[in-house]
Amino acid sequence: MTGLLSVRDLRVGFGAHPEDNEVVHGVSFDLGPGETLAIVGESGSGKSVTAMAINRLVDFGGGRITGGQIEFAAGDGSVSDLARAEENMLETIRGREIGMIFQEPMTSLNPVLTVGTQIEEVFRLQHGMTRADARIAAREALERVRIPDAARRLTYAPHQLSGGMLQRVMIAIALAGNPRLLIADEPTTALDVTIQAQILGLLAELKRDTDTGMIFITHDIGLVAGFADRVMVMQEGRVVEQGPLDRVLDAPEHPYTRHLLEAVPHFSDGKSARRDGARGGGARTALDVEGLSVRFPVRSGLLKRHSGNVHAVEGVSFDLMRGETLGIVGESGSGKSTTARAILGLETPARGRIETGDAGEAGRPVQMVFQNPNASLNPRLTVEQILAEPYIAVGRRIDADARARMAGLLERVELPQGSLARYPHEFSGGQRQRLCIARALMLNPSVLVLDEAVSALDVSVQARVLDLLVDLQKEFHLAYLFVTHDMAVVERIAHRIAVVFAGQIVEIGPTAEVLANPRHSYTRQLIAAVPSLERRHSAFSVDTSAIPSLVRPVGWEPAPVPWAEAGADHRFRAEG
Amino acid sequence: MSYPLRRLLVFPLVMLGVSVFVFIAIRLVPGDAITAMLGTESGLLTPAQREALTAYFGLDQNWFVQFWRWLSRVLQGDLGISTTYGKPVMTIILEHFPLTLELAVLSMLIAIGIGLPAGIFAATRKDKPSDMAVRVIAMVGQSTPGFVVGLLLIFVLSVGFGVLPQMGTFVPLTEGISRNLAQMILPALTLGTAFAAAVIRISRSAMLDILREDFVRTARSKGLSRRRVIWRHALPNALIPVVTLSGVEFGYLLGGAVLVEQIFALPGLGRVVLDAIQQRDYALVQGSVLFIAFNFMVVNLLVDLAYAALDPRIRFETK
Amino acid sequence: MMEFLRDIARHPSGRIGLIIVVAFVLAGALGEAGVTPYGPLVQDRIARLQAPSAAHWFGTDLFGRDVLSRLMVGISQSFIVSFSSVGVASAAGTLLGLSAAWYGGLWDGIVMRFMDVLLAFPAILLALLIIAIFGPSGWTSILAIAIVYTPIFTRVVRGPALSLKHRDFVDAARTFGSSRRYIMSRHLALNLVAPLTVQITLALAWALVTEAGLSFLGLGTQPPNASLGLMLSDARNLMEMAPWLLLVPAIALMLAVLGFNLLGDALRDILDPKTRRALA
Repeated sequence: MTGLLSVRDLRVGFGAHPEDNEVVHGVSFDLGPGETLAIVGESGSGKSVTAMAINRLVDFGGGRITGGQIEFAAGDGSVSDLARAEENMLETIRGREIGMIFQEPMTSLNPVLTVGTQIEEVFRLQHGMTRADARIAAREALERVRIPDAARRLTYAPHQLSGGMLQRVMIAIALAGNPRLLIADEPTTALDVTIQAQILGLLAELKRDTDTGMIFITHDIGLVAGFADRVMVMQEGRVVEQGPLDRVLDAPEHPYTRHLLEAVPHFSDGKSARRDGARGGGARTALDVEGLSVRFPVRSGLLKRHSGNVHAVEGVSFDLMRGETLGIVGESGSGKSTTARAILGLETPARGRIETGDAGEAGRPVQMVFQNPNASLNPRLTVEQILAEPYIAVGRRIDADARARMAGLLERVELPQGSLARYPHEFSGGQRQRLCIARALMLNPSVLVLDEAVSALDVSVQARVLDLLVDLQKEFHLAYLFVTHDMAVVERIAHRIAVVFAGQIVEIGPTAEVLANPRHSYTRQLIAAVPSLERRHSAFSVDTSAIPSLVRPVGWEPAPVPWAEAGADHRFRAEG
Repeated sequence: MSYPLRRLLVFPLVMLGVSVFVFIAIRLVPGDAITAMLGTESGLLTPAQREALTAYFGLDQNWFVQFWRWLSRVLQGDLGISTTYGKPVMTIILEHFPLTLELAVLSMLIAIGIGLPAGIFAATRKDKPSDMAVRVIAMVGQSTPGFVVGLLLIFVLSVGFGVLPQMGTFVPLTEGISRNLAQMILPALTLGTAFAAAVIRISRSAMLDILREDFVRTARSKGLSRRRVIWRHALPNALIPVVTLSGVEFGYLLGGAVLVEQIFALPGLGRVVLDAIQQRDYALVQGSVLFIAFNFMVVNLLVDLAYAALDPRIRFETK
Repeated sequence: MMEFLRDIARHPSGRIGLIIVVAFVLAGALGEAGVTPYGPLVQDRIARLQAPSAAHWFGTDLFGRDVLSRLMVGISQSFIVSFSSVGVASAAGTLLGLSAAWYGGLWDGIVMRFMDVLLAFPAILLALLIIAIFGPSGWTSILAIAIVYTPIFTRVVRGPALSLKHRDFVDAARTFGSSRRYIMSRHLALNLVAPLTVQITLALAWALVTEAGLSFLGLGTQPPNASLGLMLSDARNLMEMAPWLLLVPAIALMLAVLGFNLLGDALRDILDPKTRRALA
């Protein structure tokens, strides 16, 4: 073997009888020094299990390697089969030869130890450093991943740092042993898009500066276009296709790869925006929001004095027509979800006006679909009880007509016959979200607020739910307020886009116009951060500017920021 | 405001609530204190003598005045005079408390000394025979009430080995360590058994939960040895629930293990309270119950401080 | 319901716990109905302190009373006290915890501070205080144990209720305009059944121990009536002469407590969705 890693016919199973319970069925691939392999697949594809089989962390999750070889060339030139290695030997490989980064930075660091301790530990163990030397090395490691004020941050506990910072700490830990192979398991999935760009930028820099081999696991094939050398697509525990990046992206051979490339939303700077615009003559207003502000009191001190307000939403105005989708795009903490919740009456606005075009047939013209279908369905109720709830709430009887409506809606959202008597846990994630959509339609609303409604779903499920939403919109002439952080999704579903930053709309206009011709600096920054198939072999810059605090003293009012026109119906906040 | 500081501020409020509660509870007891104190001889008292006694003990005032007077004295460390002993309540408590404290400390040492290693051992060998054995022992231990353990211990020693536990006059620790320990070992074992069983169960399940956490996986991915993963990364997290449990149990033990003191004829605080309740000795019940609740809450406060030491999330929490 | 019982029967410790608890409930029911080998209070001067035999399976006591018959009646007495007290405590705790979580603010503050005061007493001490007020009897034991356990149930309900209150399905219900009552009963109470069931089972074990302890001190069930604690107390000075007097009620009490503890553990596994998947 000439490379760094050579995996042959790897098989992994779980439980007491791993042979009968196999989730990885004969995976083979090679990786050379300095090479980056992207493993792409949806949940259940076996991509994470494959990666964790390499450093044998899979053993601790109840997994067993039931067949195949994992030949790994260590720094001293020796080659060993990790599939058969003893735990003692593996301890010398992990951290030193193979480093790893995980998906959830918030839970992947020990909450009771300082960040410094957790980095120093690796230097002391892998390089035999003294405590003092390890501390210096840890500081340098933090500086290397661009954490400002590194010396002080070493003394922080993990909960004092943001997700993006923690993921950089994780990278520092993974690199501390100077590994020859770095495994990154969905390292940016839990992060905001601009933070994701920073992490990807760091990894690309690492690839450029060292000859560390990298395995990058992701569900988003567009994400790896920037820096992977080779791509391996997995489905249900098998490799369906692998090859050089350009070949796989430009000339996919397997239907599943084509499906991932075509059916799944990929960001394309507004080129795939909807053309069925509903604005124009005779469109009826469905929702009109004027000057909406939501503030949360901050209390401090012994007597819980009201010391300030979080200005979560500040002066948000927009209107929405029947049959139209307005995408509200922003990162976590931008106030996009709070806006949605305020429209549904789940938060009390400090000021502002929310008007609907009509009263709706039951006085509730606006309905909502939440992000996580597991959390928004009461696990102890049957589907029938769940669908009946909106009816009961407005004082209607559950009679034959009501049951007919339930059955009709279930069929419309493509749920199987006989679902009424079943419980939510008997359905898949996508089916549960369809159930939530059916529930929201029970009262025949004119506006549907979709709060990250497809974010928790697998990419191909996501595409089908989006198609369903478009069909339903046409059929019932629904207006959608589509709240999301996902630029690729919003490009596909929204007619118009409002970009929110720090509680305010900074830019609003037709989707194609805003995405192709962004005028506000934040919109540009956001778009630049989105990975896409078209931005191939291009690294992201590592920008570490922070989001401003939204906490203001009591009585503070924002200075009015004038709007600038950028064309018909396209406006943005003027910047100083 | 930090969490420990907040607990410290709530402390006096709850203590006030506790004292009001005890004060009212005691006065709901039927019968009057003078009759209860002197028994049938109280019939021989002249009305004047009865009145003098009532005034002496402050029983002639209304409840509010009695409470106010009592509370202001309590704040100066004066818990009143016991009607049965004819001595200051504080003196009586301080006479009996060292035994209770010693018993509680010994039981806790036994419980943690056995329970924590056993729990961790079982967790690291999940579902193996040794884990099963520890779990069965812990389950049986937890299901055996302390006083039943005590009775069975006495039974096994006396019937099986013909040895009778030393039940003679109690020897304080300061007057003979070996004789004191000989008297204390059985009661401490008795109380320690159920306590140890609880420590085993909670440390095992906490350890198992922690070993499933993402950060343990991270620690392993760094190449740390199995031992270091367990002792440096998992244990400090798993200790948090163990500290809670130990605090609560220790607090209970400071309240006097009434039943065990009864079985082993030990003159601890629990016995004092039991007797005082039966004798309707208002001042003594009030004083000792308040003292016990105070101890209990101090222990809880210490537990909260221990949390903060163990867990930076609590230390820095400001909400 | 049948499926639920089958789940328990399939769980290794649940099966043992269920068998023990059912056996004790049957023995207690027979004792309560008067279907005992001998009268529990009938003294037989000739048959005093007899060792276990075919005629007296568990022997006789100092007054020649049949130990098995007294045990059955004692079990019934202990179970009635613990079931009633836990019933009262769980009902009161649920009501207080749910309302504290839902209404929050001042009401939450009042309820929880009062519970803090009750929790500031070691359990047995609080029970003793209550017995001192109302005088020793089976009824007082029920009241005392119920008061001791109410704050624990209040906390067990309030914590999950608070987190349920902010779950998306409650938010969803609010967007439809569902009434408070509907949300409380359908979305909160229904999801509290699991933690409550576990807590009730474990509380029953603890209540049995407390009842026995109070009777042992002479502050619970009064002689000549039988209860496990009284039988243990009577056996204290006779344990060398007649060990069965000690061992029979001691083992019975241990077994009963073990049964509830095992059942509680099994319920925790079965009702917790996290472990549920691991079992399947």
